[in-house]
Amino acid sequence: MAMLSFEAKYRLRGGTLVGGDLFDFWIGPFFVGFFGITTVFFSLLGTLLIVYGAAIGPTWNVWRINIAPPDLSYGLGLAPLQEGGLWQAITVCAIGAFVSWALRQAEIARKLGMQYHIPIAYGVAVFAYVVLVVVRPVLMGAWGYGFPYGILSHLDWVSNTGYQYLHFHYNPAHMIAVSFFFTTVLALSLHGSLILSAANPPKGELVKGPEHENTFFRDFVGYSIGPLGIHRLGLFLALSAGFWSAVCIVISGPFWTRGWPEWWGWWLNLPIWH
Amino acid sequence: MSDWGIKFSLGAVAVVAGTLLTIAMVNGFERPPIQTAQGGFRGTGMDENYNPRTLAVEHAASVLPGVLPPLPASGPKASAAYKNVLVLGDLSVGQFTRLMASITTWVAPKQGCAYCHNTKNMADDGLYTKVVARRMIQMVQHINGDWKQHVAATGVTCYTCHRGNPVPSMIWFNEPGPEHGHGMAEAYFGKNQASGAVGDAALPYDPFTPYLEKATNIRVQSTAALPGTDSQDIKDTEATYGLMMNISQSLGVNCTYCHNSRDFSDWSQSTPQRVTAWYGIRMVRNLNNDYLNKLHDVFPANRLGPLGDAPKINCAPCHQGVFKPLFGQSQIAGFPELQGPLAPAATAQ
Repeated sequence: MAMLSFEAKYRLRGGTLVGGDLFDFWIGPFFVGFFGITTVFFSLLGTLLIVYGAAIGPTWNVWRINIAPPDLSYGLGLAPLQEGGLWQAITVCAIGAFVSWALRQAEIARKLGMQYHIPIAYGVAVFAYVVLVVVRPVLMGAWGYGFPYGILSHLDWVSNTGYQYLHFHYNPAHMIAVSFFFTTVLALSLHGSLILSAANPPKGELVKGPEHENTFFRDFVGYSIGPLGIHRLGLFLALSAGFWSAVCIVISGPFWTRGWPEWWGWWLNLPIWH
Repeated sequence: MSDWGIKFSLGAVAVVAGTLLTIAMVNGFERPPIQTAQGGFRGTGMDENYNPRTLAVEHAASVLPGVLPPLPASGPKASAAYKNVLVLGDLSVGQFTRLMASITTWVAPKQGCAYCHNTKNMADDGLYTKVVARRMIQMVQHINGDWKQHVAATGVTCYTCHRGNPVPSMIWFNEPGPEHGHGMAEAYFGKNQASGAVGDAALPYDPFTPYLEKATNIRVQSTAALPGTDSQDIKDTEATYGLMMNISQSLGVNCTYCHNSRDFSDWSQSTPQRVTAWYGIRMVRNLNNDYLNKLHDVFPANRLGPLGDAPKINCAPCHQGVFKPLFGQSQIAGFPELQGPLAPAATAQ
């Protein structure tokens, strides 16, 4: 496969975390590495297990395929394959693939002399998943608290799990997470519209640069965070959204078993107005 | 004060206030291990979560008083031996006295017989409490005899609600809401105030009057996805949500105890407990209207609510935060006279 003109510059040996030079090569445009191999292994195995689960299940309707975790009665033990064991094996594969991918990103970052922003950012999403299917189930004492793998079934789980706490919008960490999600969207829409406008000037005008962009926002809202700052802010907002999502679910159950509105008793009982 | 001093003082106040708020907040949380019960198919998320420390307190509060040994049905009837025995006349004197003693234990252990009776003339109906107690005995018989769909063979006694209190805790009245100015800014609409009646949410604070006194339909879910196909108001939805919050906290369960939230209204996806609850709602309505409201004129003013209505019940007086009152312990087998209405002639009020 032909290389792009600048690609040779990026194909640097070294920087691997595991395996030394053994897997330090490219297939076509793709860097392999030890973690590339494990990523492919886990994602292939996990996907095939899902297909196997669908094959022994009642439907091939892609919306309704459901690989459910074990009954709560299995606790933190292993379950028979068709009664949740498949879910456990797929969870191992998913974590294996996600973590491998993060480490592969780290290896590439090392090759390119970058810092670890990308694996760390991706790692927050992996962290949220691990909290959902490992940390919270372990704290609650049963793998059955993980969410089922299925397009509709996982949505039903989200709905029912929310209603286990009567009114999930009163979950304080959920409030923070939702606020971060909305703020992420707000920041991205402001930034995206600005870039699209600057990059698509009217006919006959030049593409606009950072000074122009800063001036627009200083005029519009009195402040411009700047071309570098917006990306730092975006990263902070997006990662905070994912982080607080993980917090909001891990406190639901292990650290609060009742309705979330009731949690606010500490506020209602503050001596100022109680 | 210097600029630095002001900044320092403000900072110190903020740190102290922040620390106190954090302590108050963190204190509110619970901790693992927790106790769980699975309600639906694995992975549907229909589970109950309990704090075992809280459960231990509830179990400790659910110890039943001892049952007096049964007495023979032979001997003279209560109606022959005493005057003015309108409901329990067919019992033998022994059985009658045993029930009276039991009721004292259940309802007025500290106050004793004199809570209901004029001790100089036990037949006297002068005390309102005696008239109420008579109607309540009929109510217990009615519940055990006619509402088996809800109470099953477990049944209820006076103790189920009263728990040794002359007036059961957790009764409710029509709720006028907090005081507020009336005018153009008036916008409470009976909600937007944290209310213990609805699990401290800001949902409507009196979901009882429409659903547990009046017979408003608890039916708010659209049957079609398209707008314009649903005549329900969002306020009906919120009031329904409020009632369901109250049922949840009264029973110490969450929404998924009865419902699969992917389709709340669909009976085929609901748990069997929803059927029991459906009958329970109708039972409570029946008791509020045919028993408690009918006693309105008997109660003295201090037993009536802020709007002058009779005390009423919802799920809480019996359930007290537990999915089955008293964790399903039953004493009704020891009291055949409470298992259903006695001979029709004897039930005339």
